[in-house]
Amino acid sequence: MSRCTVDDWTSSAPDRKHEQVRWILESPYPPVPADLTARAASQGRRMLHRRLLLRRLLLVTATLAVVALVVLAVVTWPGDTPSGPPATPPPVSG
Amino acid sequence: MRGDKEAARVRRAHEFEAFAGGAAGRLLHVATLLTCDDAKAADRLLCHALARTYLRWDRLRGEDPYAYARQELVTSYARRAGVGWLHPRRREETGRLAGLTPQERVIVVLRLFEGVEDEQVAALLGIAPDRVTALCTRACVLLRGGAQAPAASFAGRAAPASGR
Repeated sequence: MSRCTVDDWTSSAPDRKHEQVRWILESPYPPVPADLTARAASQGRRMLHRRLLLRRLLLVTATLAVVALVVLAVVTWPGDTPSGPPATPPPVSG
Repeated sequence: MRGDKEAARVRRAHEFEAFAGGAAGRLLHVATLLTCDDAKAADRLLCHALARTYLRWDRLRGEDPYAYARQELVTSYARRAGVGWLHPRRREETGRLAGLTPQERVIVVLRLFEGVEDEQVAALLGIAPDRVTALCTRACVLLRGGAQAPAASFAGRAAPASGR
C-alpha cells in the first residue's frame, strides 16, 4: 500500500490519500446480469469448438501434404534404370 | 471415449459456473471501472474474459482462475483501447475514472482496488515497476483533484519516460 508513493508527494499520510481513492473506486457495485455466466460459457464453448475444428483442419491438411509428398517421391524417384554409357554413341560432327 | 469427453465437458461446465458465479460480481466491478461506467462495454469485456477463461479451464493446472480472468480482462481492455493505449489522450468521458488514460485506469484499479503488487502490474503491462509507481501516484492526484478541485497542473504534463 505504501509503494504507490514518490518523494514529491507532499502529504505525510499517503495511505489516507489512497483510502480516498479506494473509496471512489469501491462506491456502488453494479448488479451482475443473471445470464452473464451462461452467455460467457456458451461463448467459451463456441471458441473451444472453433479451435478444435481449426486444429482438425490443420491436422488433415498436414496429413494430406505428407501423403502427397510420399506419392510424388515414389512416382518420380530415379529407379534401377541402367545409367551406364548409352548403347549408341552420339554422332560425331565436323 | 465419447462418454469420457461428455463427462469432462459437464465437469468443466459445473466448475466454471461455480467459479463465474462467485467471481463475476467483483470482475464486473473491475470492468465497469475500466470502461468508465459504461455498463454495456463492461458486460461485453467481462463476457469475453470469462469465455477465454472457459477456453483455458482444463489447462489452468493450479493457476488461480480469478487471476487469469482478471488478466484476460485487462489485456482485452488494452487491445480495445488500441491506439489510445500507446498515445493516450484524455477523452471526454463520464464515470469515476474518466479523467485518466486507459493505462492509468488499469494501474489504479489493479493497485488500489485489486491490491496487486507493483511488480506484477508492471509485468502484466510490460513497463518498468518505477513507471507503475509514478503513474499510480499521478492518477491518485488526478482523482483526488477531480473529487475536490481540478488539478490543472497535472492534466497536460507529459509522463516521465523512464519506463519505455
